[in-house]
Amino acid sequence: MNGQHPIEVTVNGTRHAREVAARLLLSDFLRHDLGLTGTHVGCEHGVCGACTVLFDGEPARSCLMFAVQADGHAVDTVEGLASGETLHPVQRAFYETHALQCGFCTPGILMTLIPFLRDHPTPTENEIREALSGHLCRCTGYANIVAAVQRVVKYEGAR
Amino acid sequence: MKHASYMGQRVLRLEDAKLLTGRALFIDDVELPGMLEVAFLRSDDAHGILRRIDVTAARSRPGVVAVYTAADLGDYWRPGPLLVPPPPVPGLIFNAATQVPLVRDKIRHCGEALAMVVAESRYLAEDALEHVVVEVDPLPAVAGLEAALLPGAPLVHDQFGSNLAAQVRQQKGDYAAVRGSAARVIARRFHYDRGASAAIENRGVVAAWDGRAGELTVWDTTQAPIPIRNGLAAMLGLGESQVRVIAPFIGGGFGPKIMMFYPEEVLVPWAARQLGRPVKWIEDRRENFYATTQERSQIHDAELAVAADGRILGVKDVFLHDTGAYDPYGLTVPINSQCTLLGPYLVPHYDSEFKAVFTNRPIVTPVRGAGRQHGVFVMERLLDLAARELGIDRVEIRRRNYIPADAFPYDHEILFQDFRPLVYDSGNYPAALEKAVELIGYADFVEQEQPRLRAEGRHVGIGVVSYIEGTGIGPYEGARVTVEPSGLVRVATGVGTQGQGHFTTFAQLVAEQLGVDVSQVQVSTGDTRDFNWGTGTFASRGAVVAGSACHAAALKVRAKILALAAGLLGCAKAEVELFDGRASVRGAPDRGLTLGELARKANPLRGAVTPGTEPGLEATAYFGPDRGNAASGVHAIRVEVDPETAEVKISRYVVVHDCGRVINPMVVEAQVQGGVAHGIGNAFYEQLSFDDNGQLMNASFMDYLLPTALDVPTVELAHIETPSPLNPLGVKGVGEAGAIPTGAAFAQAVEDALHGTGVEITEIPLSPSRLHALIAQARGGTS
Repeated sequence: MNGQHPIEVTVNGTRHAREVAARLLLSDFLRHDLGLTGTHVGCEHGVCGACTVLFDGEPARSCLMFAVQADGHAVDTVEGLASGETLHPVQRAFYETHALQCGFCTPGILMTLIPFLRDHPTPTENEIREALSGHLCRCTGYANIVAAVQRVVKYEGAR
Repeated sequence: MKHASYMGQRVLRLEDAKLLTGRALFIDDVELPGMLEVAFLRSDDAHGILRRIDVTAARSRPGVVAVYTAADLGDYWRPGPLLVPPPPVPGLIFNAATQVPLVRDKIRHCGEALAMVVAESRYLAEDALEHVVVEVDPLPAVAGLEAALLPGAPLVHDQFGSNLAAQVRQQKGDYAAVRGSAARVIARRFHYDRGASAAIENRGVVAAWDGRAGELTVWDTTQAPIPIRNGLAAMLGLGESQVRVIAPFIGGGFGPKIMMFYPEEVLVPWAARQLGRPVKWIEDRRENFYATTQERSQIHDAELAVAADGRILGVKDVFLHDTGAYDPYGLTVPINSQCTLLGPYLVPHYDSEFKAVFTNRPIVTPVRGAGRQHGVFVMERLLDLAARELGIDRVEIRRRNYIPADAFPYDHEILFQDFRPLVYDSGNYPAALEKAVELIGYADFVEQEQPRLRAEGRHVGIGVVSYIEGTGIGPYEGARVTVEPSGLVRVATGVGTQGQGHFTTFAQLVAEQLGVDVSQVQVSTGDTRDFNWGTGTFASRGAVVAGSACHAAALKVRAKILALAAGLLGCAKAEVELFDGRASVRGAPDRGLTLGELARKANPLRGAVTPGTEPGLEATAYFGPDRGNAASGVHAIRVEVDPETAEVKISRYVVVHDCGRVINPMVVEAQVQGGVAHGIGNAFYEQLSFDDNGQLMNASFMDYLLPTALDVPTVELAHIETPSPLNPLGVKGVGEAGAIPTGAAFAQAVEDALHGTGVEITEIPLSPSRLHALIAQARGGTS
């Protein structure tokens, strides 16, 4: 049961070959095996959304997946968003609208919003709130997160 | 270019870049070579005698390094400290019983730790838990507040002979005498129930013992690293300087991450020292529901005596407060309830008595609001009921009872949680009310919109409530400000930070005095190696107390800069100006030096200095207020209720808020918005459901509902500023404000929406199902 399984996962564009236990969670693999600690774990039962990563470009809860399931797949985490010191437009909008307080839930929310905005370039407020409703944030009351998304739509859409 | 003042500016947060890119260090990000991980075996029973615990099999499991029970702790096993002693109220009874590191003989709540497994990984540690053999003789649980005090009730702590944890009566005037002259006496029973603090980051502790340096380093999700350092040093027999506690970035605090000396906080450092390897424990969400402290169960039997014109003659309140299985945090929560009930109102006669009771439920300590909610809920509901009975408008009855704007300082003649008299420093409650009423369009709503919508069969309602938040209590905080030769300014302070923006607001305060760009100010907070005097982040006191200390230290450094620069530039101190990171002669900006150059000159390597000169551009200062200050505000809410489904939609939420002078309105507004979200959760979604055996029935985020982006509207916010005279900045606290009156506002608005159905709301939390039951009950049916 605790045998090791070889996996190859491409994370933020870099291929990693590792041997992992079958039961190792993808979230633990990213955080503790690869040291990508930007992906956070808040509930380990798939509700809070803090651990959301992109799995082949789609948001997924890394606490509900095993690392072995990522074998041969591409994973993107919050660490891959900025280019050097230049923030991704969604990150920058979060900064400009004060859309984070403690910042613990933020990486997961970013990873949901990026494909959301790809698929919904001009969302309504209600669509934004629907998209965010899979994430729990205890600090912000969500208002500035909604404002951040609206800011991205307003300024990035025009580019 | 000369810098504009930073005070009151929407300065974007300096800490955000780290947080947004995943580079901020949170507790579970701490990885050390050779680190072991911990899992705790926790009790399934709420109450019972631990007959036997056998860890032999667990110890032989693969990867297990150690398994500890209470017996293995030897002399280190001892109950935790009493964190807050009771205030000096005459006749007060207080029975102290603090939590234990591991259960030795008696289990007092579900989730109490029985054994600690240390293994090469958390996975292996959890595997071993299944091999610990436990024999428990279950006892009947003390699950209800009233049942707890009945004769023959099972006892949580046998030594007290009852479940009474405390009894406190505070009075002013003579309520019994005035009651007889009242036009009406409104009497009701009010319930307020438990919720979870539910920070999205659970707790965690990592400890590493360096035997050669003789130093213990502890990373801890604590709001109060300095008291934790001092306490751990004492428990472990180490000097305070041998222990370094780091509160890294913390994923939300909300109260329960205060200096609790939780079992895990005490055991992990001890184990690291025993084993000579770093040890990590990270709480999981299920553990958080049992092992992290909670708040809010109270039952109030309250009455309000009013004159025919709606003036308050007096209030009597007798309430029960659930302190859970232990009471390490003393009486802070119920004292807050007792004091906050008086609110912004003139209450000439007050008689308030509470009994705190032990129950077989997780420990109660402050959670955002810390008992203030209950007082506000009781008072505001009583005023609503009085208004209805007397035929006075709900807003008008508040207007008639406010402490006037010219009556400050105003003494309520009872003791507050800081043991100081409950004296309000400043405020302007009528102004806040009028602003809120105007913003939400109260008159238009009740006179036109509501009747029109009611005629269409819709159930819309409005609520307007007031509150006081006692904030910014002592004893003190400190800060050290240093100008480095690079020109960078470093600020070190002791309070922990959990998202409140301290890295930015404290930097603003210092930049303001030193004339540097705010981005040149780097704040360190929560590392006892950087600063080791102070208490912590609680009671909405960071900006008030630590902020004032930063300000005071910056003033001292400013004076040093001015003196040094005046000497070097050959001018009077009064002629030196500080801006753009330079000190220069007024009117001759070319005659100047950068702060970095001055810092180097203040630290000479050769030559002589004037005796008494201190090196460097550095100063430390402390601030301790005489007493806490009174932030205040008005919440106004509009709702629509579907009486068939009991769904409530909040259509507008207005907050008019007074936290004195505002350092950064962006931060303040976001604190209020977040607090309101927490309050909405308390009001309509969140309830910890315990059964009669003390079992928590909804210990997961699937069953315990936190409000989401679909449930929380964007708050419309306006400020009133009545500067506090109790600190040099004029600031008051804001951290808890948003969460405090939400339940009262929600209840009033929902009841208004259901006008004519006979529904009366005397309890929080509601939930759609509970509200549905109340509607059905009022209709004379069953739910």
